[in-house]
Formats: sequence, C-alpha cells, structure tokens
Amino acid sequence: MTDLFAPGSIALALLIGAAFGFLLHRGRVTSCNVIENQFRLKDYTVLKVMLTAIIVGGVGVMALADANLAKYAVKDANLLGVALGAGLFGIGMVFYGYCPGTGLAAIATGSVHALVGALGMIAGGILFALSFDWVKANILTVGAYGKIRLPDVTGISAPVWFAGLTLVAIAFFIWAERQQKS
Amino acid sequence: MSMAALDNVGTRAGASRLDWTPYLAGAGIGVLSWIAFGIAKDPIGVTTAYGRLAGEVAIPLLGSDAVANNTYWKLAPFAFDYGVLFLVGIMIGAFVSAIMSGTFKVELVPDVWKQEMGGSVWKRFTYAFLGGVIIMYGARLAGGCTSGHGISGGLQLAVSSWLFLAVMFATGLIASFLLFHAKKA
Repeated sequence: MTDLFAPGSIALALLIGAAFGFLLHRGRVTSCNVIENQFRLKDYTVLKVMLTAIIVGGVGVMALADANLAKYAVKDANLLGVALGAGLFGIGMVFYGYCPGTGLAAIATGSVHALVGALGMIAGGILFALSFDWVKANILTVGAYGKIRLPDVTGISAPVWFAGLTLVAIAFFIWAERQQKS
Repeated sequence: MSMAALDNVGTRAGASRLDWTPYLAGAGIGVLSWIAFGIAKDPIGVTTAYGRLAGEVAIPLLGSDAVANNTYWKLAPFAFDYGVLFLVGIMIGAFVSAIMSGTFKVELVPDVWKQEMGGSVWKRFTYAFLGGVIIMYGARLAGGCTSGHGISGGLQLAVSSWLFLAVMFATGLIASFLLFHAKKA
C-alpha cells in the first residue's frame, strides 16, 4: 500500500482533484454568474481566487523547489501560439461562462449548460488534434523561447517578484472590496 | 446592491457554509499546489487530459485508425491515468461541496444570462457549446487553461502563463462588452 500516494497514483489524482473541485465551488467560481460578472467588472471573485492561489502557491512551490523537494514544470513560451490561444480562450470563456475546470465542476453542481459546453470542449479538442500538424509547423515555432520564467528574463529574483505581486494584489483587493460595497 | 447577491447560491438553508471568502478558497488552492508539485509531482491542470479524452470520443466519429495515426493523439494517448482521473476528482469534490452546502441546483440558463440575453434555453446551449469549442481549441493552442497556465504556470512565474493571463483577460473583456453591452446600445 505504500504506492497508494506515489506520484501519478490514482488515489492522489482523485484526492487532489476532489479537493480542487471542492475549493472551486467554495470559492464560487463554479458559478457562471460569477465568471460572467468578472468580465463585466461587476464581481472580482475570479481575480481574488486566482491571485491568492498564485501567491500562496508560488511562495510554497518556490520554497519546495529551492529545497529540491519539487521541480518546476514550466510550459513553453511559444509566444504566437500562447497569445492566439489565450485570445480564443478569453472569448470562449465569455461565451461558455466557465473555464474548462470550473465547467466540469459546475456540471456536478447541476449546471446543464455547463455539460453542453463540455461536449463543445470535446469537439474543440478534436478540432485541435486534427489541425495539430499545421499548427505545430506554422504557429508553435513562432517566438518559441522555451521554458522561460520571469526571473530569467528580467533578472529580478523570484522572492522579489512575489513581494511585488503581493503588494499589488493587496492594493487591488482593498480597491475591489470598496468597489463591491458601493 | 452587491452583484454577488445575484448569484444563484446562498438562498437555501445551510447555504451560509458556502460563505467562504474567495481569499480562503484561493489560499486553499495555493496550498493544494504545494501538494500537487511536492507529492504528486504533477501540477494542477485540466485541458491536457481533456484533449486526450477527446481522442477517445473521436474513435467512433473518425475511426480508430485516424485517431491512432494522429500526431497529437500519438503524443497524448488516452488512458484512465492521473490526469483523466483528476477530472473525475474535480466533479466529485464539487458535487460533495454542493450537497454539503445545499446549493445543488439544476440550472439551464444562469441569472446573468437571463437578464442580459433572455431566457431561451437553446440560445444559452448554443453559446455554451460554441464557447466550449473555442475555449478548448484556445487552451490546446496555448498549452494550458486557467488552471494549468493561470494558476500552476502563474505561480511558477512562467513567461508563457503570464502572457496567457494578460491576453485571456483582455479578449474576455472585449468579448463580454460586445456580447452583453454593445448590443443594447
């Protein structure tokens, strides 16, 4: 049974996945209303959840990586592909009212339209696979800088990045809380 | 009135337990990332596994040869492994939270959508499906979604992920304005 919680194990997948789904629901980002109102700048819940997760997660993962207890897994900076993909993603998120993870979670809370969109996601995944050869040759090669991190390109160390990010986030949170009260 | 009050949660008995602040939920996801990186050795992400799942669904549509010979699905074949079971876990966790808080509710058209776009179920379903197609194509093109790029990549200070966050919010704001606002003017 020592393998139960080994990297890549089924138990870990279900446990971490379930904790993630639970937290997404508790953070109310499994609500289509909350997500649409983020893009309408009427509710800042999505940004509050994401920024807090990035800062808390980032400081801990940085400590783990420094202690050699975790490895970074940075995604390639294919600048054209990331920019085009993210551009589509933002449009899709407004149409769908969810992102892929929160959409899956929302299905389990009774959202039927989230399920319809999840079928659309399957179709989108198929379309991508069918166009992958062309995309790989023509888009993913443009502006391909590999697995680079902000500390590498700016020369500013990760702790300083997190300190700055924390200050910006706190200022933003104070502003957002005032917005939502008025 | 706070727009949060328009949300569909928080009306039933016991719903007060859903009143976690977004900061608490966000911090929880942050701590969960420590476990994902430190123990599971696999950062939180959704759409890589979803793309592989699409390959399995594509078999009856395209034929097993077409799927087996596809370059992308060769790189990312389907299996009931960590990434795919993680998706199942997400649904279990959200279901448990919804039941515990008494907020499980069958929803066809969300309130904001009703208010801005009307109550047509088919219109909502059409946008949801189209949105799903676009969001998944975009996620695979970018190499991740709001989880894999946004949170897991953002917390590693990855250049790709911060570019993703910036562009995604920008086009989302524009799309939202055009969809909900400009059409009424």
